[in-house]
Amino acid sequence: MSFSGPKHYRVESARALKDRPSVRTSVTSATNTFNANREEAYSQIDSDLWRDWARDVKSHALTNLDQYLEQAETQLLANGAQVHWAETADDALGLLEEIVRDQGISTAVKAKSMLSEELGINEHLENLGVHVRETDLGEYIIQLIGEPPSHIVGPAIHRSLEDCQRLFHEQFGTPLDDGPDALAATAREALREEFLAADLGISGGNFLVAETGTVALIENEGNIRLSTSLPRVHIALVGIEKIVPRLEDVSGFVQLTSRAATGQPIGNFFSLIQGPKRDGEIDGPEEVHVILVDNGRTRLLADDKAWEALRCVRCGACLNICPVYRQTGGHPYGWTYSGPIGAIIAPGMLGIEEAMPLPYASSLCGACVDECPVRIPIPELLLHWREKAVEKGLTSAIESVGIKAYTKAAERPEIFRAAGNTLRHIPLEAGGRALPILSGWVKERSAPESSKKSFMQQWKEGIE
Amino acid sequence: MNVALFATCLGDQFYADACSDAVRLLRYAGVEVDVPQSQTCCGQPAYNAGRKPEAIRMAHQTLDTFDGADYVVLPSGSCAGMIRCFYPDLMNNDLERAQALADRTYELSHFLVEVLGVHHLGSGLMGKRIAYHHSCHALRELGVCNQPISLLKNCGAEIVTWEADEECCGFGGLFSTKLPEVSAAMADRKLDTLPDIDFVTSTDGGCLLQLSGRGNRRRLSVQFRHLASVLWEGVGL
Repeated sequence: MSFSGPKHYRVESARALKDRPSVRTSVTSATNTFNANREEAYSQIDSDLWRDWARDVKSHALTNLDQYLEQAETQLLANGAQVHWAETADDALGLLEEIVRDQGISTAVKAKSMLSEELGINEHLENLGVHVRETDLGEYIIQLIGEPPSHIVGPAIHRSLEDCQRLFHEQFGTPLDDGPDALAATAREALREEFLAADLGISGGNFLVAETGTVALIENEGNIRLSTSLPRVHIALVGIEKIVPRLEDVSGFVQLTSRAATGQPIGNFFSLIQGPKRDGEIDGPEEVHVILVDNGRTRLLADDKAWEALRCVRCGACLNICPVYRQTGGHPYGWTYSGPIGAIIAPGMLGIEEAMPLPYASSLCGACVDECPVRIPIPELLLHWREKAVEKGLTSAIESVGIKAYTKAAERPEIFRAAGNTLRHIPLEAGGRALPILSGWVKERSAPESSKKSFMQQWKEGIE
Repeated sequence: MNVALFATCLGDQFYADACSDAVRLLRYAGVEVDVPQSQTCCGQPAYNAGRKPEAIRMAHQTLDTFDGADYVVLPSGSCAGMIRCFYPDLMNNDLERAQALADRTYELSHFLVEVLGVHHLGSGLMGKRIAYHHSCHALRELGVCNQPISLLKNCGAEIVTWEADEECCGFGGLFSTKLPEVSAAMADRKLDTLPDIDFVTSTDGGCLLQLSGRGNRRRLSVQFRHLASVLWEGVGL
């Protein structure tokens, strides 16, 4: 299975609910845990103050992006790393291909990276004859199943323990009742061989420090540390929005991101990578390549409102709290980034036409905005993209006519009330079939009981 | 003190009795209630659909309607939130009036507690076990959280712990008809986590329509009642 774009969201979300109810159960349970942990972790610090700080640092970096990116490049080169710029996904894949050919790479291990998912790295490398192995446990599971991730932080959260037990039983012949620890031990053993054999390690980057040319990576499993230090070549794919000005900033972000993502004070492992191993050093790659990727980010940056979404640190907190995301997990969204953050960066990165109907995949409940560690005004940006969608004529004609008629009536109180008093008595089950706007209502719900007398009638008759 | 009641479009048609109970409550609390006849819709459906020009027209209609009132009170957190949070930005060509309206607009329980200082209505809810649904806009846009709960408790009700009480019911206006399957699943999450209670109450008719519509479709026996009616019962007259 691979992503086919957001346009099938309605059908795919309905299908997920109908055909795979276990996804809803798994996602709800996992996100409940994430939410409880984050709440506890936020409560231990002055989270409002931290989030203001994080918002300001990120906004400053994005406002001076060109300058900081050049500074980062200079520092990376001085550290002995090689720097490449990729404007598009194809550019990034081309650069990757060049390195793979130059270095005669045949096996690669991958640390979890959403950017690598966005670019379609695995498929490309397989086509080049490179054996690619995901080494994050969740990514490993879905690679074996053949699925894309359904969550930014927990790629396999849509899968139940039973799913994993069956998968490992089929793959490795483990007992069907193996618990999580035993399953992880099995994966660990299989992956250890792959780490030792690989000549390329691929990672993303949580932060890129301009003043020192440092790629910062947060993780829990140690697989990123191994992927970036064992193979002789390391490629870090880093989105250009990941820049922060100073090394000191990272010390704040690693803590805040960990708290927001998993509720930990800090991830179990934290790597700061500056370049290849130096003379006299025993460990580390011989070559470090940093590929700086745009792929729609400057397009999003150019939007006078939605640029704020580029502050995102990919913690997944907005997915975890989102009641819409929680029903289906990430797959129905049709591209790499799902949930509220996916819905607000898709129109900027892919274009609003390609991103429809994701800006509408929200009830605007606003729960996400209270959790975002970098204070992205998510509901505001959803509304912003809805406005753009209307301007471009991407919403239904019936809705447009309906709202225009409704507005006209609302400006004439007597007509508005007469219409309401008439429509109220039409049985919705019957009317619903005729009116597309109501057919959605009666599809899943009984028609509401309307009042026998409207309030205005009661008011006129006198309220005792 | 002159209070104008904004019944809202859903309130007028679907929660008419609750709107009348809101009038009774306000009178009981000692204020004079007016219902301006030119009120229609706050414009939220258009605003949330991304149709600002239409929303602005309805906002102006509402602004003109309630210009003279000391306070505007709504038996809805969602429509009150629309006026309080979004009108000033929508009508920046008439900012002073829009801001003034925003500043004196309240959801019903918010108004009773914060403006009138009413904390004890009566003891008409003795022994009732109630689940309170926090509607998203009351909770997050207006910060209405403890006011309805304390009013209900002070009438003798027991507010039963409900793990999903702050989660969205899945209504979201047009969202409920655009994405009915996800919307229904959201309602199911609420319904499936309900504790043993006499009824569910909330200050927003939209949420109650959604939850009761889904509950009825699933033939659940849960009752859903608007906060205004429950509080009026709480007065115990």
